[in-house]
Amino acid sequence: MTGATARPEPNATRATVRDALGVGCAVGLSGFAFGVTAASNGLSVPQACVLSLLVFTGASQFALVSALAGGGGPVPAAAGALFLGLRNALYGLRLSTLLGPPRWLRPLAAQWVIDETSAVALAQPDRRLARIGFAVTGASLYLCWNLTTLLGALGAEALGDPATWGLDAAGPAVFLALLAPMLRSPIERAVAIGAVLLALGALPLLPAGVPVLVAAAAAPLALLVPGRREEGAA
Amino acid sequence: MTTWIAIAVTAAGCYLVKLVGLTVPTAALERPLVLRLVALLPVALLAALTALQTVDDGSGSPTLDARAAGLAAAGLALLLRAPFLLVVAVAVAVTAGGRALGG
Repeated sequence: MTGATARPEPNATRATVRDALGVGCAVGLSGFAFGVTAASNGLSVPQACVLSLLVFTGASQFALVSALAGGGGPVPAAAGALFLGLRNALYGLRLSTLLGPPRWLRPLAAQWVIDETSAVALAQPDRRLARIGFAVTGASLYLCWNLTTLLGALGAEALGDPATWGLDAAGPAVFLALLAPMLRSPIERAVAIGAVLLALGALPLLPAGVPVLVAAAAAPLALLVPGRREEGAA
Repeated sequence: MTTWIAIAVTAAGCYLVKLVGLTVPTAALERPLVLRLVALLPVALLAALTALQTVDDGSGSPTLDARAAGLAAAGLALLLRAPFLLVVAVAVAVTAGGRALGG
């Protein structure tokens, strides 16, 4: 075998399945952090589990839980979570052409359209492997994420006061870990800094849950500044 | 009850967003400005959530406590390319340590 020869099919399939399982299980374990955060922010175990089963997009789940814990109303809390989920529509656009799913399967496949399944599927060389990558990542991540959510929520309930254990720091650490890989170019960093300033400025002035939504304005504002955009593209 | 309403709205909304991407014709959403905006929105929201969750103690004004030390440790772990769960665990451990020492 030389580097120029394509891998035989069984090997390629095995490699895709292995990568997909790796991503699905590793990231799925983070459901534990979500279960702990949800329970220590006052959600019940069933509420934490329903979120993981039905919402199944990590950043939105964490955002909703922290907004509710901060005393925000259900509407601003859900709005922040929805804004964060908008990127999944973009993944769906890419995946619908790549996977070519039959019409009847789309409502089912939609629930698994998230960061990780898209990353694995888009990395595959052809449609067959992309479908395998998407399905295996989706299934393993969905299973692990929901199982570890349950364990995390049960575990946190047994611990008592979450602040003693530093569990209130899990939320911001999760958001920072999700944010870090997105800060690739100056425009992303400018948006992040702008959003932090807007959020902190709005915190003393506006009701809980609203400062996050105000900070979202940093994204369109950055696109309005042409100098910044050129810099970002350079 | 409020919590369940928020959960229901979020679940329905997030699912619809996923389904829309998978079913609408590509040209409808694929405009450069829309793509850039949707890519930048999570950056703004995650940065704001990180900051707010670190300094908001419900008093209405920003407060620095053991969580800030935990977040700094998480940042360091990220720079060292630690995996996701380890980053979170470091933040939790440092914050708990800070509190135990009276911070």
